[in-house]
Amino acid sequence: MLTKNSTDRELVAEAEANFKNVSRRNFLGYIGGASALLLTAAACKKDDVPSMGGGVDLGSGDPGVLNYAYALEQIEAAFYTKVFESPYSGITTSESALLGDIRDHEVAHREFFKAALAAAAIPTLELDFSSINFGNRDSVLGAAKAFEDLGVSAYNGAGKLLVSADYLLLAGKIVSVEARHAAYIRDLIANGTFANDLDSNALDISRTPSEVFAIAGTYVKTKLNISNLPTS
Amino acid sequence: MKIENIIKEIERVDPEIYARLDGRRNAMKSFAKFSGKLALASLPLAFGSMLNKAYGSPTGTTDAITDVLNFALTLEYLEAEFYKAGYSAAVAGTLAIPAGAQLNAIQTIRNHELAHVNFLKSAITSLNGTPVVKTAASFDFTAKGNFPTVFSNYGLFLAVAQTLEDTGVRAYKGQAGNLISNNDVLTAALNIHSVEGRHASHIRQLRKANGSLVPAGVNVKPWITLNQSGIGSAAVQASYNGEEITSQAGVNIVNIGGFNISASAASEAFDEPLTANQVLAIVTPFFA
Repeated sequence: MLTKNSTDRELVAEAEANFKNVSRRNFLGYIGGASALLLTAAACKKDDVPSMGGGVDLGSGDPGVLNYAYALEQIEAAFYTKVFESPYSGITTSESALLGDIRDHEVAHREFFKAALAAAAIPTLELDFSSINFGNRDSVLGAAKAFEDLGVSAYNGAGKLLVSADYLLLAGKIVSVEARHAAYIRDLIANGTFANDLDSNALDISRTPSEVFAIAGTYVKTKLNISNLPTS
Repeated sequence: MKIENIIKEIERVDPEIYARLDGRRNAMKSFAKFSGKLALASLPLAFGSMLNKAYGSPTGTTDAITDVLNFALTLEYLEAEFYKAGYSAAVAGTLAIPAGAQLNAIQTIRNHELAHVNFLKSAITSLNGTPVVKTAASFDFTAKGNFPTVFSNYGLFLAVAQTLEDTGVRAYKGQAGNLISNNDVLTAALNIHSVEGRHASHIRQLRKANGSLVPAGVNVKPWITLNQSGIGSAAVQASYNGEEITSQAGVNIVNIGGFNISASAASEAFDEPLTANQVLAIVTPFFA
């Protein structure tokens, strides 16, 4: 667990490293129509890490929401990377291929947010998958289902938190892919359950960041501060 | 950048500016935080978005929102009537959907689309709009003769189903921005959008198992690879054009961060939107 001070130092180091990396495209600047790197070293500003609560501050406004997505993609990407490194017993060729695809998608999402947020990105999170038995198909697919459904509900709930229509579209581009994953994983567990947990209007579920981290928190050792995220 | 001065200028002509901004929840608060977080270059954009949230943009009026919902309702009617007809044909023995898991899945998806129709009708009515009315007779699922055996050839039925689902996903995605001023409607639309993604995933798995109309050497996956339909028919290609992009917001996804991400994976990882006009061009042949 990081202390508050070491968190600050890490954020400073991360921000400085990113700031020096001039080849990295500044996504926020891009959206604003600017090509130059104009980032304030936002994530490293001391007053951005609240004294109360502590932990890694996801931030506020749209960048906070993007960091929220980045945190979730870090969990998913790390999970599938591990699934692929140590496949469960009895994995089929088809499962291996498609789980490999999912790993690539999640890594692409994670790295996209990292590049897009640049200096505003939160650091790499320390994760804990010790509750998952990676050798066991049921355990792995159960966790995968939880992560994918959670991701869908998180993105669906995050849409209204965004101010920028450009970011909203990006979130939309990702969430439907997460939904495709979720349906596939669910069908692997029990064919035909691709959309079993909808509401009475056949709508998917959306969750707030607190609801999401109440579930995802099991897998994240790094203390996160979500108190500055927009709430509507 | 003197945003505060701009707001003061607006206050001269609109004394309620602060109330409007406050009424838009924490718009001011988040804007204040923006200034510490964001590139200077994006401040005008953020400010403009904030004002849009305060005043409603031209695309954020109730009329514009009910227009979007009626567009969505039309697509849901199209899907619902398609699955109703397919399911009925299967029950009547003229469309060979295998009984059990496959027919159950088609029934499930049909029920979802019907629920979406009813939900959108209620939503439009609650916004004082008038829902469009469509019936089975409104549609021609042969698409002007492109798919003459759609309700007697299961492989073709699945191919059209996949096209409608993938198109639906892209259509909702393309409209999200037009709903940004209304949180409830936006969230509902997103909650439908992901269900269409789940349907597309399952239909694609059915197609892989069925194998019919899948071109040689093509592996149909639950996600869209490049601009490949995985369907041996040029008639559906417009639903897939544009899905092949591998760069998002100026960030190249191929091999991003030093990870081995192929162009195929980079394209699969992000679904792409369609404009309303692109969607209408795709679905127009399906209208009687």
